Amino acid sequence: MVKESQIWNWLESVSDPEVPVLSVVDLGVVRKVEVSESGTKITITPTYSGCPAMQVIEEDIRRKLLQEGLSNLEVVTALSPAWTTDWLSENGRRKLKEYGIAPPENEVDKSLLFSKPIVVPCPNCNSKETKMVSEFGSTACKAHYQCLSCKEPFDYFKCLR
Amino acid sequence: MKEHLFEYLLRLGDDSLILGHRVSEWCGHGPILEEDIALTNISLDLIGQATSLLKYAGEVEGKGRDEDQLAFLRLEHDYKNCLLVEQLNGDFGMTIMRQFLFDAYRLPLFEALIHSSDSQLAAIAEKSLKETKYHYRHSAEWVIRLGDGTEESHERIQKAVNSLFKYHVDLFFTNHVDDALLKEGIVPEMKAIHNKWMESVKNVFSEATLEIPSNNWEQSGGRLGRHSEHLGLLLAEMQYMQRAYPNMEW
Repeated sequence: MVKESQIWNWLESVSDPEVPVLSVVDLGVVRKVEVSESGTKITITPTYSGCPAMQVIEEDIRRKLLQEGLSNLEVVTALSPAWTTDWLSENGRRKLKEYGIAPPENEVDKSLLFSKPIVVPCPNCNSKETKMVSEFGSTACKAHYQCLSCKEPFDYFKCLR
Repeated sequence: MKEHLFEYLLRLGDDSLILGHRVSEWCGHGPILEEDIALTNISLDLIGQATSLLKYAGEVEGKGRDEDQLAFLRLEHDYKNCLLVEQLNGDFGMTIMRQFLFDAYRLPLFEALIHSSDSQLAAIAEKSLKETKYHYRHSAEWVIRLGDGTEESHERIQKAVNSLFKYHVDLFFTNHVDDALLKEGIVPEMKAIHNKWMESVKNVFSEATLEIPSNNWEQSGGRLGRHSEHLGLLLAEMQYMQRAYPNMEW
């Protein structure tokens, strides 16, 4: 029987189709790996309800593990507990920044309206002089910012808690 | 109980599906690029929620229908969405007002459904609530900006209020379905949701210098499958591929 840790290692090489620099493990969407006599069960959870990458992620996980010789494989989706950016690994946060996407600041403004946008340092020049352009960005998990120092626009992987 | 839960899940799921489809019509037509992206993101969240809700509805029904069959192969009168969500996009003010009236209802509803005695419904609510908070912030801030903006923006969004307010009672419609589910602790008391909605609307309207129409004409029927003419036309477009090419996939 394959060890659970071995499966986690394999999953490290399955990347998120929308932010390919992250693996599905870095992203925190793989919640559980269960190995038993009867087979292997992987539990995944979506980042956002409408995340179009979920189906691809499920297929990629399946393909990878079948390639590694596993059979009797089951990939299930669980909605609760709901995904949070707290599950993004340290490694994942570092990779995001290197890729040019500001990692989530661990802070959510509790006020419902006209909250002061949180300070997000520019992933390119580290300046804290940045502004939020829109809370909605190129994918559901990102907001759109601009650096006021180097003028570069950048994506912010927004905090979800 | 099963058929009541099925019915209730259709209401929630169809609200998300129909509004998600409506908002998606803005794709490529947003007034500015950032809004185009925002509306498309909101639409995607709603369609995602619809997927979870209708999938679960199909499981509860137990007749082998999946979320796609429920979304694309029912007839108009089998849709249980509220009348508000099927209304036309109109101008940006109309779209934002429709979204705000809806978000202000969905937010307290999901907050309450997290405590549902039905664990799968609670899980879907927990997931959807996080997204709904973003939607509410977006639509409420725009209502304030437009209402307390220029003469033109104020006039247009007040017109949207006047045109859409009559549909709000439909959001809070309840019948024996809700009574039965309430007894089981599956759904919250609708009265409490209505009060919270009214509070949000009054607060935001007051900041936006908007007025609730004095005329108290009310229009409902969506939860019973009685829709405005707009739904049929929306379905004709949304269902076209599955009707023309049954079971096609891409």
